[in-house]
Amino acid sequence: MRKISLSNLDKVFALIAENAKLYIPVDGKGGASFKLWEQGVKMSDALNTVRSAKDFFFPQMETLMEFKTEGKNIEIIDNRSEKEDFVVFGVRACDAKSFEILDRVFLSEPVDTYYASRREKGVIVSLACGKPAETCFCKTFGIDPSNPAGDITAWKTETDLYLNANTEKGEKLLSSISSLTEECDEKVVEEQKQKISAIMDKLPLKNVSTEKFGVGKTKEYFDSPAWDELSSHCLGCGTCTFVCPTCQCYDIKDFNTNKGVQRFRCWDSCMYSDFTLMAHGNSRASQKERFRQRFMHKLVYYPDNNDGMFSCVGCGRCLAKCPISMNIVKVMKILGGKEND
Amino acid sequence: MQKITRDILIEKAEKLLSDGTVSRVLGWKKGEFSYDLTPAVFTEVNDIKENFVFDDFSGANFSKYLVKETRKGDGKILVFLKPCDTYSFNQLLTEHRFDREKVYAIGIPCDGMVDIDKIKKMVGDGLVSVDAQTNTLKVETLYDGIKEVEKEKVLLERCANCKSKKHVAYDELIGEEGEVIQSARFDEVAKIEAMSPEERFAFWQNELSRCIRCNACRDVCPACTCEKCVFDNPNSGVQNKAPANSFEEQMFHIIRAFHVAGRCTDCGECSRVCPQHIPLHLLNRKFIKDINEFYGEYQAGEEQGSRAPLVNYTKEDLEPSEAVNRGDN
Repeated sequence: MRKISLSNLDKVFALIAENAKLYIPVDGKGGASFKLWEQGVKMSDALNTVRSAKDFFFPQMETLMEFKTEGKNIEIIDNRSEKEDFVVFGVRACDAKSFEILDRVFLSEPVDTYYASRREKGVIVSLACGKPAETCFCKTFGIDPSNPAGDITAWKTETDLYLNANTEKGEKLLSSISSLTEECDEKVVEEQKQKISAIMDKLPLKNVSTEKFGVGKTKEYFDSPAWDELSSHCLGCGTCTFVCPTCQCYDIKDFNTNKGVQRFRCWDSCMYSDFTLMAHGNSRASQKERFRQRFMHKLVYYPDNNDGMFSCVGCGRCLAKCPISMNIVKVMKILGGKEND
Repeated sequence: MQKITRDILIEKAEKLLSDGTVSRVLGWKKGEFSYDLTPAVFTEVNDIKENFVFDDFSGANFSKYLVKETRKGDGKILVFLKPCDTYSFNQLLTEHRFDREKVYAIGIPCDGMVDIDKIKKMVGDGLVSVDAQTNTLKVETLYDGIKEVEKEKVLLERCANCKSKKHVAYDELIGEEGEVIQSARFDEVAKIEAMSPEERFAFWQNELSRCIRCNACRDVCPACTCEKCVFDNPNSGVQNKAPANSFEEQMFHIIRAFHVAGRCTDCGECSRVCPQHIPLHLLNRKFIKDINEFYGEYQAGEEQGSRAPLVNYTKEDLEPSEAVNRGDN
């Protein structure tokens, strides 16, 4: 375990930024977001960023390749951009867990090489949550906000930052800043862990349980009459899916530049009317079916295909952002029954 | 002004359901916390008694919901409309978007709805409950005990700049009728107008660059009721799910502002739901301000069936060259 005074944090950032692009959460008009660190950029104290950290590995839009045509010749242009080393500092426990969920999708065969190279180039420094919000329910999914995953885990106190490397990549980064940090014991961190754990027991959503969901539950819930009411006022916007750290659906489209074609990939949303639209039409014609898809995917289909792992991390972003305040907690409580309260 | 409470609305709903005037009630259902109400349709009195909520977080404008709800089931649906909601209600009727016969509308007075994000900004993390009985909200937090917040400081933008306490449509009104208000809602627009073109571009670039194209502004907008939006139609050539570059975001929002020009009642739902806090209402207000200045005062939705100046030719209309002159500024 290493520690550094918060007053020296800028020096650490400067040192890291010498070798890689460094992104930290920064306050802005719409809330906190990850921004490129430069001299003078201050780290946000916000619990979480509006958009999740998945953007670093699975950006909302990326050009996959370009084509140029001349007569009958077609030239394929490799303009891949995911080639830089980068460090993301201040990732919370929920987002840190989301990478594991995304890895299972993008790194299983056939490997998504765009995602894979970003994962390879990126170093995650996670930060324990001193003040979880009322919308937090990461514990439901077995996540410990006092000890987040990541290449390095960090704990922030009033005066210091404590750092512990969890992976080889993390060790390397930590040793590169060793001139600014000092070795320390784990006493302060242990105290903070206990404090966070005590807060977790007070959170209003502490009893939300996954017990009723998971592997083999498709038949139990697919035709539930509850979907009608749950989905009846869904606006069909993409807010929940776009702020979600684990939503992973995308679309690939061609953009005609008149000089050629840009093939790009962008996030898709199961809430949209053209989600999985095919030549024959749409297999999920109503908003109810699309709404159901999102929650069944998180709570049943994904666990079915991934050894029981759920694809929600309880970050609470959809709770805070849904225009009609409909969200996965309400779905779990209504489908799962009273004992989920 | 009569303080509208949950009990008054429940009593009304119960009576109208029981005597068969309506078969369904559109209302707000309680959530996990004290602020996350969800729009819901109630058909049972017991369900209403248990779950119907009306408080300072009942901000949603229900007018647009009537487009879908009047197509479902038999009988009438009861809807509670705040003054600003009634302008959207009228505008939708002007555009023949729902069957008036299938709605029983009760106008309810409103002294402003609050913005939970503004409260959170003031009290910090971990908001457990909000007691909104009086104009001083008592906010319980996990980390700082109970804090008091003045309601007028945390009003939704549209309520801080409320344009009318008057209901322009209803079947029945609870309480006394209010007045149209001379609000300061165009002040912010005037500030942007006073900017240099470069400053103005930078202002909007900064705001719109946060857009994630979730389409919540469009989906909640009572003026956006196309059966199939051009941006959702793969055959339109402009359908896009992602902001491919910053120009596209501007295109989406500016096209939308043009499309609702003369029809937007300035209900403010777009800005209320934006997950990125983009002040989208300012785009619409710019159009409203221009229309007022060019063609005389016009408030969309004020009168059912009124023709907006943009679709109503008169000989006194402004010459198009006027726009070119203004472009020189």
